[in-house]
Amino acid sequence: MAEKMRLTIGLVTKPGTTMQYHTGGWRTYRAVINQEKCIGCRRCADSCPDGAPFECAHDGKKKKFCVNYDYCKGCGICAYECPVDAIDMAVEEK
Amino acid sequence: MAALEDLYASGHRACAGCGCALFLKTLMRVAGPDVIVTNSTGCMEVVSTPYPESAWKVPWIHSLFENNAPVAAGIEAALKATGRKGNTKVIAIGGDGATFDIGFGLLSGVMERGHDILYICYDNEAYMNTGIQRSGSTPYDASTTTTPAGKMSFGNQRPKKNVPAIMAAHGVPYVATTSMGYPADFTKKVRKALSIEGPKYLQVHATCVPGWGIDGALSLEILRLAVETGLYPLYEYENGQITSVKKIKNRKPVKEYLDKQKRYSHLFKMPGGDREIEKIQHIADLNAKHFNLDIEEKATAKEKEAKEE
Ligand SMILES: Cc1ncc(C[n+]2csc(CCOP(=O)(O)OP(=O)(O)O)c2C)c(N)n1
Ligand code: SF4
Ligand code: SF4
Ligand code: SF4
Ligand SMILES: [Mg+2]
Repeated sequence: MAEKMRLTIGLVTKPGTTMQYHTGGWRTYRAVINQEKCIGCRRCADSCPDGAPFECAHDGKKKKFCVNYDYCKGCGICAYECPVDAIDMAVEEK
Repeated sequence: MAALEDLYASGHRACAGCGCALFLKTLMRVAGPDVIVTNSTGCMEVVSTPYPESAWKVPWIHSLFENNAPVAAGIEAALKATGRKGNTKVIAIGGDGATFDIGFGLLSGVMERGHDILYICYDNEAYMNTGIQRSGSTPYDASTTTTPAGKMSFGNQRPKKNVPAIMAAHGVPYVATTSMGYPADFTKKVRKALSIEGPKYLQVHATCVPGWGIDGALSLEILRLAVETGLYPLYEYENGQITSVKKIKNRKPVKEYLDKQKRYSHLFKMPGGDREIEKIQHIADLNAKHFNLDIEEKATAKEKEAKEE
């Protein structure tokens, strides 16, 4: 019988490591949330393919959302989906 | 920060506005950490694992294009054989090319053998990762690089293959279609599928920004239009029988879905395009009839009766 040997087949990577790469560098527009208007419904967070919007504050009545610019690619889905038009797509100044 | 908790991490390389990436993110939010994921070759495999990085925070494996479902089945069998199955769910993720065409026979075998896995096809309606080639899922008249619209044709001339019906014909306990345009419907169906023992098949309509030629901001709006026009009906099969259908109030004309996508733009420019749009409307009408999609307002039903008398 052949001798037993350790063999790692294929490639193995560490979990969640794409986070070290900032896709924010791709965008032309950035999603900017108007905190005054935001009603904290989470819709932006639930419709962003890049997990950029997150809960960042609470005014005593409502949650408020912000955007993590490390990952926002500027697709505009959140701005389109926001029920109260609280998100503007502003041209990225580099 | 929400992004840090996601089991499908940010920093993945999907195009801005990709509906398929939203599918992965949402799926992992619903499924939780006790899962093992297998992935066939395709966009979601490629964008989630740019070596040496990975967006996955759960065990995940990519083998070959065609053997995604059997790899999942093998994992499930191994977990059972070693007494480690517990509550761990095995989820196989494949694109439409992998599901409808290349991995089709092997998927059929897995469904037939009764493995306890959830197979999810994210349906962006073509082979996107290699540059938009037609698959068995590409809808009628969509222009792709292998079915280009032009003097000779209006694009893909074959209808979309009815894979959910084929999966249901295997006698599996659960088959459903859903759409990233309806996150609540998606969440409900994933939860339900994961609660059922045996082979399950879920097909999720999801946008591809360059493949469909759309404005990424409209990703979810366009998916909703596919449902609201009757072109992508959402339904469930349980043990071979259709048990639920997402009803539509005031079904919209298919034009409203088609005119937002470059893959159909030739229909609005070429002579004879109108007739083709009528044919697509006919497909939607047949879906509406087959699945009984339309909600008939009570008053209008009465009016209709009155008219018929
Ligand atoms: C056996 C085999 N055939 C072809 C390919 C090339 N290939 C890699 S990804 C891909 C497209 C996959 O299409 P689909 O499954 O629909 O996923 P999508 O890229 O659209 O997300 C193709 C054809 C391959 N890797 N292996
Ligand atoms: S969708 Fe709009 S209102 Fe809702 S949380 Fe996001 S920014 Fe606030
Ligand atoms: S613009 Fe797109 S990537 Fe940026 S936060 Fe909104 S949905 Fe996410
Ligand atoms: S090519 Fe299409 S499916 Fe692939 S990452 Fe881009 S938008 Fe998503
Ligand atoms: Mg595809």
